[in-house]
Amino acid sequence: MPELPTEPQEAKAPRLAGLLRIRARRVDVAVAALLLVLGFALVLQVRTTQRDTLLTNARQEDLVQILDELQNRSDRLRQEIATLTATRQRLSTGSGASTAALTEAQRRTQVLGILAGTLRATGPGVVVTITDPDTEVSASVLLDALEELRNAGAEAVQLEGTGKGGRAAAVRVVAQTSLTDTEDGISVDGTELVAPYRFLAIGDPPTLAGAMAIPGGVSDRVRQQGGLARTKALPRLTVGALRALKPARYARPE
Amino acid sequence: MIPAAALVLGVVLGLVLQPTVPAALQPYLPIAVVAALDAVFGAIRAQLDGIFDDRVFVVSFVSNVLVAALVVFLGDQLGVGGQLSTGVVVVLGIRIFSNTAAIRRHLFHA
Repeated sequence: MPELPTEPQEAKAPRLAGLLRIRARRVDVAVAALLLVLGFALVLQVRTTQRDTLLTNARQEDLVQILDELQNRSDRLRQEIATLTATRQRLSTGSGASTAALTEAQRRTQVLGILAGTLRATGPGVVVTITDPDTEVSASVLLDALEELRNAGAEAVQLEGTGKGGRAAAVRVVAQTSLTDTEDGISVDGTELVAPYRFLAIGDPPTLAGAMAIPGGVSDRVRQQGGLARTKALPRLTVGALRALKPARYARPE
Repeated sequence: MIPAAALVLGVVLGLVLQPTVPAALQPYLPIAVVAALDAVFGAIRAQLDGIFDDRVFVVSFVSNVLVAALVVFLGDQLGVGGQLSTGVVVVLGIRIFSNTAAIRRHLFHA
């Protein structure tokens, strides 16, 4: 502790008091003014620092850099906005179109699936049961019955009978369906069936039933062959037999 | 007494008026304040040492502030404003510390 020996203890108090003593020289006014300015500046700086530490005290080059970064970022963000807007527009118009296309495709698939026999179909219709105790009902009679059903507006038809081994068999009737006679029954697209036969046809039940009951038509011809054709209208039946889709070998869509 | 009152008055004025720092002064004000504080602590030490002189104080105060501002300004022009400001603050801080240490010895003998 460098206590100066020339400085007696009691001399300090007057000196400290001298700092605080009121004097009126011109230089004292200058000192006071300087200290006033100092206090003012001190508060000013503290308040400025508190208000905005980051930007207000930053130097010019820092500010320029910050501004630069902000501009770069806003440029990038603006580009991103443009890209995203374009994407959204493309997606919204595109998705509208593709949704419509998808709906249309699904609708077509359903219509064509019922036509081609690849989909199960359900709806009102008739069940035509044809018995043939004498094995006299030929394929042509059944073909007539099928044509009558088609004329009456049947939309989905399947032909059932007793197949090989005595088990019930069902064949979906489509455009390419062929009926041929066999020894004790018929062959539908290669599936052999014996009586009793059953047509399941989906369409307007009264129209279909009427078509079956035309005088000189299906019912009469079956009766001539010794069999019996019974038509039963149902509010709901299911054509459940399916057919594998065979791609066309020669025909191509134009 | 008057200098202390003036200091308090300045603080009060700053609090009441709530002025904003002019943009041109913003880089220099903090350094100037630190330089002025250094001058004030030097003056207190000189007073305790019995060698205080008003004129010396006024001159040292003004020159401290001006030199500090000038150094910062030069640093800005040379592209090392930030570093030079830090340097000035460090130097002045060391001086303030040594002055307060001397004041402390005078007042508390420790």
